[in-house]
Amino acid sequence: MTTLETTPRSEAADGARSQVLRRLLGPLVNQLAPFTIVIIMCVGLWILSPYFLTASNIKGNLVQMSSLAILAVGATVVIVAAGIDLSVSTIVALAGVISAKAIVDYGLPVPLGMLAGVIVGGAVGLLNGLLVSKLGLPAFISTLGTLSVCGGLALLVTNGQAVYGLPKNFGWLGTGSVAGIPIPVIVMVLVAVGGHFLLAHTTLGRAAYAIGGNPTTARLSGINVGLVLVLLYVISGLLAGLAGIVEASRVISGQPAAGANYNLNAIAAAVIGGASLFGGEGKILGAIIGATILQLISNGSNLLNISTFWQSVIVGVVVILAVLYDQFRQRQARKV
Amino acid sequence: MTELLTMRGMELAFPGTQALAGVDLTVARGEIRALLGENGAGKSTLMKVLAGAERPDAGEVVLDGQPVQLRTPREAKAAGVHMVFQEMSLADNLSVAENISLGSYPHKFGVMRWSAVRETAAKALAALNISIPLGVRVRELSIAQQQMIEIAKAVVGDLKVLILDEPTSALTETETLELFALMRRLADRGVAIMYISHNLEEIFAICDSVTVMRDGHSIATHSVAEATVDQLIGEMVGRELGEMMPKAIAEYGEPMLEVRDLVVDGKTEPVSFTVRRGEVVGFAGLLGAGRSSLMRCLVGDLPRASGEVRLNGVPLEPARPRDAVKRGLGYLSDDRRASGIVAKLSIRENVGLGCLSLNARYGVMRKLQERRLAEQTVSRLRVASSSIEKKVGELSGGNQQKVVLGKWLAAGVDALILDEPTRGIDVGAKTEVYELINELAAEGKAIVLVSSYLPEVLGMSDRVLVMREGRIVGEHSREGITSEAVMYDATGQKRPDELRETTAADVVADLATSSAAAGRAATGINHPAKEQK
Repeated sequence: MTTLETTPRSEAADGARSQVLRRLLGPLVNQLAPFTIVIIMCVGLWILSPYFLTASNIKGNLVQMSSLAILAVGATVVIVAAGIDLSVSTIVALAGVISAKAIVDYGLPVPLGMLAGVIVGGAVGLLNGLLVSKLGLPAFISTLGTLSVCGGLALLVTNGQAVYGLPKNFGWLGTGSVAGIPIPVIVMVLVAVGGHFLLAHTTLGRAAYAIGGNPTTARLSGINVGLVLVLLYVISGLLAGLAGIVEASRVISGQPAAGANYNLNAIAAAVIGGASLFGGEGKILGAIIGATILQLISNGSNLLNISTFWQSVIVGVVVILAVLYDQFRQRQARKV
Repeated sequence: MTELLTMRGMELAFPGTQALAGVDLTVARGEIRALLGENGAGKSTLMKVLAGAERPDAGEVVLDGQPVQLRTPREAKAAGVHMVFQEMSLADNLSVAENISLGSYPHKFGVMRWSAVRETAAKALAALNISIPLGVRVRELSIAQQQMIEIAKAVVGDLKVLILDEPTSALTETETLELFALMRRLADRGVAIMYISHNLEEIFAICDSVTVMRDGHSIATHSVAEATVDQLIGEMVGRELGEMMPKAIAEYGEPMLEVRDLVVDGKTEPVSFTVRRGEVVGFAGLLGAGRSSLMRCLVGDLPRASGEVRLNGVPLEPARPRDAVKRGLGYLSDDRRASGIVAKLSIRENVGLGCLSLNARYGVMRKLQERRLAEQTVSRLRVASSSIEKKVGELSGGNQQKVVLGKWLAAGVDALILDEPTRGIDVGAKTEVYELINELAAEGKAIVLVSSYLPEVLGMSDRVLVMREGRIVGEHSREGITSEAVMYDATGQKRPDELRETTAADVVADLATSSAAAGRAATGINHPAKEQK
């Protein structure tokens, strides 16, 4: 961002051209730091491991990061409005086991069973949204509560046992592909495009930024703050439900302990991508780049034989560095 | 009396205002000195400089014959200067004893010496003749008792100068008298007391001398025995109406905003007024008179206890601000940063906030239309910015305020409530805001202008209503209005035509006899430093 702003431009001469260029490159330039990290990591892994740049590894990476990316989109939408949703990881598990149960025990057709999983996620999101906006609970507490509730429910409905015996076509969503592109990757792209459209092109998105930036101003300007918050948490819940059935479909079973690491990673992806936990800032592209970085850390550790224990350490360090960089950047901007 | 404190040539500028423009002040040992002035005159700023809470741009402070540097509250306290702020700074979850020695706990290798803590507190309270149990949590005390604890904190050290900022604004009559007795005891021990107040009776009752401040200057210092109310009020308002506010006379139309017996719980008595299309109605009064609460209630930000409001002839009963916005009533709040702008969003996005659905179809933003509207608004308001994509937080105060005004313009409101619209913005931007108010009135919008800056409210309004203690106590038409007349209404003083030559002695007698807390509305300090943030 800084590079474009500081170079002297001869406005009149190439105004039109630079406008077009900026519109095309602008979003990427805004995400310059995280994007550079992605490039550096890719180059580094390409040099260190001959296997990195193979089609199957790239495809594998994309499939593996899809659930996290879907969750990161939901996390960003909520964080932009200065909220936080800690319940997504157990929503993933709950949605997975509910849809598996609905199909295996109650004989629902696969699409309906999957829909049920997504709806359960949306319902938990609705609960979160009502707790936050109508009852005025801090988002951290409400979603911490529902995190525990959903985790418990996932274990209760299944007695702690994984749900097996699903029909083969249950696996289509997680393992199938269209024209050689794995379905989870397509879902991820659709969710990302939809999330970007929501934040950048709808009144709901604009209201989310306004509420995150200054809730009092938003309210006095006539924005229905309560409704907007509820909708955002519902979206986060629905996306968690979607991630849940994608996960379940990948292993063709309902796992009550699925999604364990997703909570912090989803938020980490959003934050690495430039979302501010104070609200008012954050972009979907950033969240996707953030999720990519986390995936590359995981893939790189595998390729380079680094212990999985270290992965967790590296992720933590990267998150802290990302936030430090963001604060540094904001302080620079304020000085101008 | 011997000289204790001298401040010379104190200067401090905030963006847009010269809060202190070379103030000189000398106070003697054991003197109780009142600092009197309108909101924003510089009283609190001067005292914050003395207490180390603000750093001056220039000037020197001599205390007890020694030049001192008071750069932090800590340094000021070490030098013997202690300020009791309006918003008290006690830890209300801790006990009385813990609060009194807060910040300098007696300890041995980091372990609290509780006996010493209690001893210090007991000594401080005894010195002030106060009996409050040491173990009680501060939260459970009354405001008056909390104030006593603040003062007790001050006397733990070697107290030389005690600064009290509007200390009686939340006290009852009896508590006020107790506070005065305490102040007198301290003064007898040689402590100089700086007493910031709007309240003339109290100043005459307790102070030895009074310094009037205005626009960052100290105008005059009198002994209270010689001062008269007329003289002090004259010195407080002092200015002639500036030529920077040429009020254009607009044609009035139909009644736009009609308010009948509106009551805001705990804030106002029944209030009635009407604003016509094209009319600017000014609301004058001191802070705490209930003006802002009234306005926030009108737009649905505070609940209405009773009364009726009509907008364009149709009853308006906003449960929340968005109901008022929908009906075309906009509200520019008195705190731009806290509730006017969204600093992180661009000018374009801020301008569009009041009319999101206008710029959208089926919830999808029509960006081209939004951009065009923002560009029109920005060029009309002459917002100085290279681009409408600039973040509002990066603009100057004046330009930020123009963006907030632009938000309501873009939303196409019929009536606009402006609460302190020129607070903390520079002179050039002020003039532009005034011009804009004239333009809006000429377009037939009804405008309510709340301002604590008398020349502004007098210069810009077709009619001025004065509020005090939650009531409208005066109405002045544009012709023949004077700042003195408004100030008499606002402070609840008798007008000269009712009582010639009010002397200090009369006022003291007045205070003693009248049981009503006259002039109690004179509360709150409107402080430029706060406004900047």
